[in-house]
Amino acid sequence: MNFMASKQPENSLLGPEADSQRTLYPNVTGTSVVALKYKDGILMAADMGGSYGSTLRYKNVERMKAIGKHSLLGASGEISDFQEILRYLDDLILYDNMWDDGNSLGPKEVHNYLTRLMYNRRNKFNPLWNSLVLGGIKNGEKYLGTVSMIGVNFEDDHVATGFGNHLARPILRQEWHENLSFEDGVRLLEKCMRVLLYRDRSAINKLQIAKITEEGMTISQPYSLKTYWEFSAFENPTQGAVGSW
Amino acid sequence: MPKQQANWSPYDNNGGSCVAVAGADYCVIAADTRMSTGYNILTRDYSKICKLADKCVMASSGFQADVKALQKHLAARHLIYQHQHNKQMSCPAMAQLLSNTLYYKRFFPYYSFNVLGGLDNEGKGCVFTYDAVGSYEKVGYSSQGSGSTLIMPFLDNQLKSPSPLLLPVQDAVTPLAEAEAVDLVKTVFASASERDIYTGDKLEIVVINADGIGREYMDLRKD
Repeated sequence: MNFMASKQPENSLLGPEADSQRTLYPNVTGTSVVALKYKDGILMAADMGGSYGSTLRYKNVERMKAIGKHSLLGASGEISDFQEILRYLDDLILYDNMWDDGNSLGPKEVHNYLTRLMYNRRNKFNPLWNSLVLGGIKNGEKYLGTVSMIGVNFEDDHVATGFGNHLARPILRQEWHENLSFEDGVRLLEKCMRVLLYRDRSAINKLQIAKITEEGMTISQPYSLKTYWEFSAFENPTQGAVGSW
Repeated sequence: MPKQQANWSPYDNNGGSCVAVAGADYCVIAADTRMSTGYNILTRDYSKICKLADKCVMASSGFQADVKALQKHLAARHLIYQHQHNKQMSCPAMAQLLSNTLYYKRFFPYYSFNVLGGLDNEGKGCVFTYDAVGSYEKVGYSSQGSGSTLIMPFLDNQLKSPSPLLLPVQDAVTPLAEAEAVDLVKTVFASASERDIYTGDKLEIVVINADGIGREYMDLRKD
């Protein structure tokens, strides 16, 4: 006899019904984000694609957003989870502003908040399916960090998500140095994005580069990179290959 | 619809090795600074060492997000302890706290392999070694992490720990001088970097003695 059958609250993640609410796989995804520290702050690049599996469904997705006065957030992975993170951060910045005490959350603090957010969702087996890049500058101190969907986080002079880790980081390890000028930084990022465009099938040739300095955040108009497809090795690639066509 | 299995794992191994060696009046704690995932290096400059109390330092390798959460948890508990008891936690006390904290998550563990090093209340070096769920032991020296299988036998050979079965109970603390112990640790990591792909980049060495806490670095292979 069950007098006081304990009932789960409606939003509980326990019990069989809850399984349908846990994230199992991402649906609409963004690909790599690449970022580096330069002389005046942080430069970050991301393309504007939102893939629905192997279909390129959305071509005007802004995957980088300013957070408060001092930070810039870039995200790869599930776009809807990125939008939810932006809503969380809106609340965070709002409460920070409400204090009206002349102090404002810097990139270190926002990165820490994001790390705790991602880790806590991972603990509940319901992750936000993103890899985040958080960069910014406050009182002359530059900061660039990253968090993964299971909460792994670190800061470095240059970071990347997804395929960027495989293709862009090696280039950055070779060519990044302290106090890059703005032009050199953009050139380096474009070099990375071009390699990703050639080799990452989810990348599209429509990107934005965002910059954050003490003065604030600016994001470029979408533009495309020049590509070269006339390499002789790609002409008639099967010539001489027995059995191919 | 049959129950679907998760296609993601809440765990990852970010690699790295940790070592601690206890001396008569000092303790050496060391760890490499490489953070990896799979066959990639995420960063070459990430510290695995955390100062928990004035005379107590922890080095942890494994899943970095769990390590970070564990460090934060212990630091918070230490702050509360200081507020309540108006003193720093001793190394043996922190050792027990770490064990309890790990066991608390026995059924969703912190994937963190820890060595705790410091000075006990008499100023003698002590090292505690742990598994991921809190089983721990006071020892004279220990290593944990991806390179531990390479490092531990070498430490056994060089530091000749007496059998814990002998009577009277013999101290496992090494008679080596501080400089010799630091040199041994440097050698051990240089060797481990040769064969363990997850160990390398840079070595961070922390030494605790009566004068306080000192830190030094040494470059390791970057490949």
